[in-house]
This record gives sequence, structure tokens and C-alpha cells, in this order.
Amino acid sequence: MIADPFAWAYDQLTALLLSLGMTAVWAQTVLRLLGAAVLATVLLVSTFFLIWGERKLLARLQDRRGPNRVGPWGVFQTVADFVKLIGKEIIVPTRADKAVYLLAPLLVVLSVIGIWAVVPLAPGVVGTDLEVGVLYLVAIGAVGTLGIMLAGWSSNNKYALIGAFRSVAQLVSYEVPMVLVLLVPVILASSMSLVGIVDAQAGMWFIVMAPVAALVYLITSIAENGRAPFDLLEGESEIVAGFNIEYSALAFGMFFVAEFLHSLTIGAVVTTLFLGGWRGPGAEAYPLLGFIYFLLKTLSVWLVIVWIRGTLPRIRIDQMLGFNWKFLTPIALGILMMTALVDKMAVAAGWNRTVVLLLANAAAVGIILASVQGYARRQRRRDQAQLAPVEAAPAAVH
Amino acid sequence: MEPLQLIFLVTGAVTLLSALMVVVSRKMVHAALWLVMTLASVSVLFVLLNAPFLAVVQVVIYIGAIATLIIFAVMLSRRSMDDRGPQTSHRWWLAGLIALALFAAIVLLVVLHPMPTAALPGAAPTEALRQLGLALVHVDGFVLPFELASVLLLAALVGAIFVARPPDADTAGGEE
Amino acid sequence: MLDQWVFIAFLLPVGLLLPAAAIALGFLLGPRKPNALKGDTYECGIETVGSTWVQFKAQYYVYALVFVVFDVEAVFLFPWAAAYNQLQLYMVLEGILFVAILAAGLIYVWRKGSLEWV
Repeated sequence: MIADPFAWAYDQLTALLLSLGMTAVWAQTVLRLLGAAVLATVLLVSTFFLIWGERKLLARLQDRRGPNRVGPWGVFQTVADFVKLIGKEIIVPTRADKAVYLLAPLLVVLSVIGIWAVVPLAPGVVGTDLEVGVLYLVAIGAVGTLGIMLAGWSSNNKYALIGAFRSVAQLVSYEVPMVLVLLVPVILASSMSLVGIVDAQAGMWFIVMAPVAALVYLITSIAENGRAPFDLLEGESEIVAGFNIEYSALAFGMFFVAEFLHSLTIGAVVTTLFLGGWRGPGAEAYPLLGFIYFLLKTLSVWLVIVWIRGTLPRIRIDQMLGFNWKFLTPIALGILMMTALVDKMAVAAGWNRTVVLLLANAAAVGIILASVQGYARRQRRRDQAQLAPVEAAPAAVH
Repeated sequence: MEPLQLIFLVTGAVTLLSALMVVVSRKMVHAALWLVMTLASVSVLFVLLNAPFLAVVQVVIYIGAIATLIIFAVMLSRRSMDDRGPQTSHRWWLAGLIALALFAAIVLLVVLHPMPTAALPGAAPTEALRQLGLALVHVDGFVLPFELASVLLLAALVGAIFVARPPDADTAGGEE
Repeated sequence: MLDQWVFIAFLLPVGLLLPAAAIALGFLLGPRKPNALKGDTYECGIETVGSTWVQFKAQYYVYALVFVVFDVEAVFLFPWAAAYNQLQLYMVLEGILFVAILAAGLIYVWRKGSLEWV
């Protein structure tokens, strides 16, 4: 039972339901429903700890302590915030589109929870082994984009609308390199199912075979999440909370919860696609160990995301969109073409896939750095050429 | 009544109802949302037909890209939130007559040619996806349409940029 | 096959219901004292003038258009990628040609200046 608590629990519950007189099919269906409810509830409750953890981490990065009054080390701070939010009045603006206004936060939360249906948590423990798992991730993310646009529109507020448009422009732009880079693990594993991708990493994690792709995916996911340095969607000094200006109390709380849960979800997806999911020494024999590995890896990626948030300043929208379309998208296209070609040639020639792909990625990084350097040099020369006539003038006067 | 039949009937009803609401809604944004609902239930129909890839592609492309475009266009072009234009156009009775005639023609066709009652053949989906991928690039398969599709997408991209750009001084592009 | 989707068919409604329940709880537990000033549109303390509309900025739409094209392209590539280990080299090259044509499209859009946020 210790080794495989998931199978043990499953068998116990199945036996219980069968003894109540259900057929096997019904028992399975009820167990699935139970599993879905438990998953959603656990995720939403875990957000309490995620928010607390993030606030403590950010505080330490900013040389302060963070919440430390409510409970030991301030653990119950989020609970207190939640209780406060429940007690507040949900003000629906007059002339707002009430149905759409209340639907929007639901869609945003749905888009985050839905992702966990296909993530393999441990060997044999997955919500559903969808054959098209990777595309399903993209599809569910698209629903979140819709929710944000509806939130901005239904608030009947000029600034919410502008904020929503800019948010959607950002989300939609960053989805392009994200979808392109998602093709790389699919190519390496030759399967679109997340369980298949984890299985294919038995030899070597994909982050070693495709580090550039992993980095691009991480960056685009952070941008899709709307976190720093891409959080100008809710920059207080700029657009006062953007699309969710008019949301108060728990309706706002839902957006908040969705955003923080999304960062853990990014951690889970990056772990599954690039870090080998639940793989680790002894994970196949002891699924509980696999689950622990999965949690550790997910939390490490989450840590990196919070670290980035606490370190980098917010970038402007034109810088952000330029970064996406002129830097990330060409890189994504290039990496995709290169990985497809190199992998096939390596297998055909009989070389070690990992080594060849690693070298190819290193070459790609070299090309990228060289082109950025060249671009910077040209830019510098252009700036100097603009300044030069002014500098020449005083000399002429003398 | 099998559960599958029941699910299909419910999904079909939802599709038809949301399609009706698209046409009948007073506010444009509501109509766009009902369109999203219609597209989502069509995606469920794809799932019922054992085509998971198409179902997910339906959500990604139609809801994620095209519905977003439509809602963008609606929101950018509406002057206020509660737009109450006339619900019907000129000569709506003519349009209604044509629609009824088309519907009668379709019903006649369905009645005259009985539907096949055999169960759907289902190749295991894993193989179906791989076969699709192989067929797209196989010389005896659909490689030419595959590459032509990319050229078509390129043409769409160029056309869209040409139409959407503001008119420059040196080119005559852009729509006035 | 359809078995795969049962869990999702359960998780999605649960994912909608739980936040709906939370918001309903908020409606139940929170005070309900609407007045004209509270329900008014927020504009940093000033009163709003005119109805809510935003100047049409074509750039938003251009980004969405380019996104649609690249989205469809990626969707074409997914079956190709899923069948990767059964492909021969020339088939991989065909897929790369597909990507290259659209990369040329990106370069065109870039050079035309349609990617600038004006």
C-alpha cells in the first residue's frame, strides 16, 4: 500500500462501490467523477499555500519578511484574505453586461483547471491519457484568452476595455511561438500524448535534447500567464489593474486564484514536457516516489518563475510584442526546423541523439547570439551616425 | 436508449439552439458568445465521431483564433455596449422563403436516401493520427495539397497585411 | 476511445461549478447595498464622459490575423510531428519546407512594418 497508494485507494473504492451493487462500468464512472472533484478541489485549496509561498519568496528577494502574523510563519494569511474577500460586496457596475461579467472569471479558472486533466502525476496516475494531449493544452489555454476579453468588455469601462485588448494582443501573440515550440517534444517523442512524452524520456530528459525549446516555452508560458516581466496587463501604475478594474471581492479573487494556480500549472507542464515528468530512480517500482519526483520538479520550475518575477522589471508593450514577433517566433521556427532535421539525420547515421541535438542547440545559441550582437552593432552605428553631425557642428563654429 | 445516443441528441439540440440564438440575439457580443457555444458543441460532436484530433483542432482554431477575431472585430467596431439595431433586414420574408425551401430540399434528400445503420468503423485513434501524419507527407498521399496549403496560408497572410495596413504615401494599399 | 473523454467531461463542469459556487457564496455572505455612485464606472475618481468605446486601432487586429495564420500552420504540423519516427528523411524535408514558406511570410510581415506597435 505504501508503494502504490493510488492503486490501493482505487481498488478499495472500486470494491466498495461494487459491493453496493453497481456494475463495473458505473463504478468506474463514479470514481472518475470523484477523481475530477478531488483534483479540482485540491488544486484550488493548494492555491492558498502557493500564494503564501510566493509572497514569502518575493519578500525575501526584496529583503523583507512577508506575511508572518497570521499563523506560524504567516501560513494562514491567504485564508484570512479569502475570508475578507468573501465578506466584501460584489459590486456589479450598472450597465455592465451581468451574465458575461460573471461568466468571465469562471472561464479563466476553467482554463487553468482543465489543463490538469491530461498531466501524468505518477506512473499510471493520470486524469485521462488523451491521445491529442498537447493540442488539448493549447485549446484549453485559448478559453482563458476568451475569458479575459469578455471580462474587459462586460465591465463597461473604457480602461478595462483597453486593458482587455492589450491583454489579448499579448496573449495571442505569445501563443504563436508557444505552439511552434510545443512541436519539439512531440517530434522528439513522436507522440502527442503527454503520457507518451513522459515515456519517451526514459533515456534522457528532453531538456537536455532541446534546451532552447524548453527556455522559449518557459518564457512564452510566463507571458501567457501575465506575470512579470510581462505583467503590464495589470500594472497598477499604468492601467490600474487592466481588464479586472471593475471586479471586486470574490469575482476578483477568482482571477487572482487563476493567475497563481497557472504558475504552478506551467511548472507541471514544463516538468512533463521537458523534465521527464514523474521519472526518477525507482519511480516505476514505487509510484508514490514518482509522484514525489513530479512535485519536486514542478515546485522547482515554480520557484524559477517566482524568482524571475522578483528580479526583472516590467517591460513596455511595444518592447514585449517586438520581443515576441522579432525574436521568439523566428527562434521557434528555426529550432523546429533544426530539431526535425538533425534528429532524423542522427538516427539515420546511427549517432547518439542526445549529443547531436545538444551540439545543434549550442550551434543555434551561437547563431542567435551572433545575430543579436550584429543587430546591436548596427543599431549603435545608426545612433552614432545620428549624433555625429551635432558633434561636428561645434567644431565648425570654432 | 443508449447513453451515446442520449449524449448525441443533447449535443445536437445544444448546437441547434445556440445557432438559433446567434441569429436571434439582440447584442452582437452575445451573438458571438452563442457562436462560441455552437462551435464548442460541434467539437463535442467530433469527439462522439471518434475524431479527437479534429475536436481539439476545432477548439484551437475556431474558438481560439477565429472566434477571438470575430469578437475583436465586434468590440472594436461597436460604438457602445448596448447596440440595438433592427433585428431584421429588408425583405426578410424572401430570405425566410428561400431558407424554408432549402430545408425542405435537405429533408427530402435525407428521407429518400436512407442512412447507413452499421456501426462506425473505428481504427484505433493512435494509428489514425499517425496515418494522417504519414499521409500528409507521403508521395502517394497528400503531399501536394499539404505544400499548397502552406502557400495558401502565405497568400492569406500577405493579403491580410495588404488589406489591413494604413495607406502609405508611396503605395496604394489599404482600404479606404 | 470515447472512454478517454469521460474524465474531461467531468472535470470541466466541476471546474466551472467550483468558482461559481465561490462567487455565489460571495453574493450570499457579502452585503448588498447598491447605490448609484458605487455602481458607476471607475475612472480614477472622475466622472465618465460619453459612452464606452475605444478608438479602432488596427494593430490589435493585425496581431490576431497573423496569429490565425500561424495557428493553422502549427495545426497542420502536429500530425506530421506525431508520425515522426515513421517518416523518412524526404518527408521531414517536406515538413521543413512547409515551415520555411511560412517563415518567409513572417519575414514579409516584418519588413512591411506590420509588426510595429505604433
